[in-house]
Amino acid sequence: MSVSSKRFLQVISSFVPDAATLADPTTPHLLLDGHEVLSVQGIPGVEVRADKDGEIAVAEIVVAPGAIVVPTIHTCIGFLQAREIQRLRIRVRIGEGASARLLAHCLFPNAEQAEHTMDAVVEVGANATLRYSEGHFHGPIGGIVVSPTLDVRVAEGAHYVSDFSLLQGGVGRLRIAQRIEVGANGVAEVTARVSARGHDDVRIEDELVLSGRASRGLVKTRVALADDARAAVIGITRGCAEGARGHMDCMELVRDRAVARAEPIVEVSHPLAKVTHEAAVGTVDQAQLETLLAHGLTPDEAIDLIVTGILR
Amino acid sequence: MSPLGAMERAAPLLEIDHVGFRADGRTILDGVDLTIGEREIVALVGANGTGKTTLARIVMGCSGYAPSSGSVRLRGQDLASLAIHERARLGITMAWQEPARIEGLRVHDYLSLGRAAFERVIPLAEALQRVGLAPDAYLDRMLDKTLSSGERKRIELASILAMRPALAILDDPAAGIDLASVEEIAQVIRDLREAGGSVLVITHVDAIAQIADRAAYLCGGRLVCTGDVREVVARYRARRCVVCDGEACR
Repeated sequence: MSVSSKRFLQVISSFVPDAATLADPTTPHLLLDGHEVLSVQGIPGVEVRADKDGEIAVAEIVVAPGAIVVPTIHTCIGFLQAREIQRLRIRVRIGEGASARLLAHCLFPNAEQAEHTMDAVVEVGANATLRYSEGHFHGPIGGIVVSPTLDVRVAEGAHYVSDFSLLQGGVGRLRIAQRIEVGANGVAEVTARVSARGHDDVRIEDELVLSGRASRGLVKTRVALADDARAAVIGITRGCAEGARGHMDCMELVRDRAVARAEPIVEVSHPLAKVTHEAAVGTVDQAQLETLLAHGLTPDEAIDLIVTGILR
Repeated sequence: MSPLGAMERAAPLLEIDHVGFRADGRTILDGVDLTIGEREIVALVGANGTGKTTLARIVMGCSGYAPSSGSVRLRGQDLASLAIHERARLGITMAWQEPARIEGLRVHDYLSLGRAAFERVIPLAEALQRVGLAPDAYLDRMLDKTLSSGERKRIELASILAMRPALAILDDPAAGIDLASVEEIAQVIRDLREAGGSVLVITHVDAIAQIADRAAYLCGGRLVCTGDVREVVARYRARRCVVCDGEACR
């Protein structure tokens, strides 16, 4: 293990609240520093594999059919260098009837001219459940381009819940692109929360395809912008089957000279499908602000509370 | 009954002195005089669009609601230069007609807000119980759109009760509340007074107006009369208005 990687392991403990659990042999995990695989650990019912394929790290997490995985599966991915490129290809498969929780920690605390690209394929088998959280921890400079691309397939009766958050440090340039296809009676709940400032640039593209009968989906986006930050949230929800129900809920809070854009697109190709959307882009709501001021909070305290609230 | 607010029976906590307000070239309020004594409940009645909420916002100091003329004083202190939060810290607070929903904020945390700015606070659970909400069911709820309008109104009242302000301005507190629960709202208003506070309550509900010590009737931006609640409400109902002769509030 390189000196850098040893330092990376030390850094994990300062960003990941329950880092001690990574040493627990019953906690499945994947630790990746740049393209170097630091540690993989599986448990019965959970296989974790990782390797390097040229300049790409390749990883796979497989939960066996029927396995109810109690411990959270952790992935810690990132690097400490100021200038670095990390490319990751990952496949997550949750077997039929299985249940798992996956927590991804993405650490780029020193990035100045860096890049992180992730291509992920996520398959949630029939009647399986996956709860996926991805938390990013960036340094103050935000000198990084982060480009996660996800192809998520939620099978019949399956339940997929995801929560992406980038709330600490400078965002840099964020490009999220994900496509989620939901089968019959399946459910997808997808949330992204981003706090951007300085010259951060955010683009989130979600495509939710409700292809199965009685499939349901919710795409929720919360972005708070300050200074000269920019954000565009493009959400497409397609209702393609009888009884499909989808909703997009986008809120972007703009302060200072920041610019936000929301483009909700609804497409319904079955007469018994229904898709709704709501988008709110603007500054801090005056009614919310005055309500808090009337409780004695200062304007700064009130704005902080409102911004923190929408990102919670 | 005293025309134009001459009769006052308690030492003034709040003095609204000849307040006028214009917006977009229109006169919304015209020379309104009203005082509220310590531990006094004053009901403000009048038809929709006569300036009741505007007057409430002026007292609270909301953005864009500085009076065009006149003054507002709390215990003799002119409030003109004070922002909302500074007025709140003097003991004034307000429950809006349609309380804002704030995403990501728990009811417990909302009820806890700003209590340091006020005196004589009461336990949060008790405040919820007084407005007819079970603490176990609501303290961990979010103050967002999952709450019904009636629930949100009750939580707003609970937050006012939890603070026990010197002056609570309640804008139509019974709107959206089921009929069977109006008495609970009335009792909250009485509780605010029993705790030493005063209340200016804007209402269209008779049962709320009747608990007031006095009522004031606003029409066409002018205060028509103040005095005995029954007489003022009767006059409002009869639309015997000295300002518009019933035309403006019909």
